[in-house]
Amino acid sequence: MKQCAVALLVGLLFGWGLSLSGMTDPARVIGFLDVAGHWDPSLLFVMGGALMVTGVLFRFVLRRSSPFFASEFQLPVNRILSPRLLCGSGLFGVGWGLSGYCPGPALTSLGFGFLNSVIVVCSMLAGFFAHKVIFEQRA
Amino acid sequence: MLEVSLESFIPALVGGWLIGLSAVALLFLNGRVAGVSGILNSLVFDRKDRQLWRLLFVLGLILGGFFFSATTVVPPEYPASAWLLIAGGFLVGFGARMGGGCTSGHGICGLSLLSLRSLVAVIVFMLTGILTVYVLHHIVGASL
Repeated sequence: MKQCAVALLVGLLFGWGLSLSGMTDPARVIGFLDVAGHWDPSLLFVMGGALMVTGVLFRFVLRRSSPFFASEFQLPVNRILSPRLLCGSGLFGVGWGLSGYCPGPALTSLGFGFLNSVIVVCSMLAGFFAHKVIFEQRA
Repeated sequence: MLEVSLESFIPALVGGWLIGLSAVALLFLNGRVAGVSGILNSLVFDRKDRQLWRLLFVLGLILGGFFFSATTVVPPEYPASAWLLIAGGFLVGFGARMGGGCTSGHGICGLSLLSLRSLVAVIVFMLTGILTVYVLHHIVGASL
């Protein structure tokens, strides 16, 4: 129950932060990636600002033996630099450059009532599904 | 050509702080990594581990955008071709699953956990993103 309340509030703060930051505006994202044209470096401050906070505070959080409302931390365990990682991230970047949306801002701008974000979110879910069908066969 | 202005970089910085704070809160309170693509994928496609917190997180993201746009002026909808949005969205979804994360999971949480995998992922998707925009806007010259 507490974890669900946390998730809702964290989602709200995350969505507000994404909206304020400019990440929900594909024009800005494409401007950020357009280093050969009218490069708009402002979105570097989004990642920089987020990393300032998480880079310092994650260390303090992980000194605890467990999270506040849950029994254990659930951190990614995969440490392998696989071809899948390279191909997947490469394809992700192509999609990001084509649409100007990554997953968080696509969801958040659903809240703006934009048709474009509905198209992107549906296509993204189709991408998840295609990956599941191709690579996550039932054992 | 650089176009830096206070009006764009201060909201970017403050927005980044808020995103960082939410990732810290989710880890500190629930012990979870704030990776949007992973959370959304598990919510929709993982039948064994469909937990309510994921639905509420996604709902929060959408409501965050709703409340922001209800109280502030957001930039108008960017005119983009539906085909670019469909192809782009599909590759974002497929690639995020194949690469095990997206801008939030690898770019913010993974880098803060000093994960080499995440560093490689961020470098690769930044490079292919830059290359895609270059080809699309400077070679193909498509007016999005």
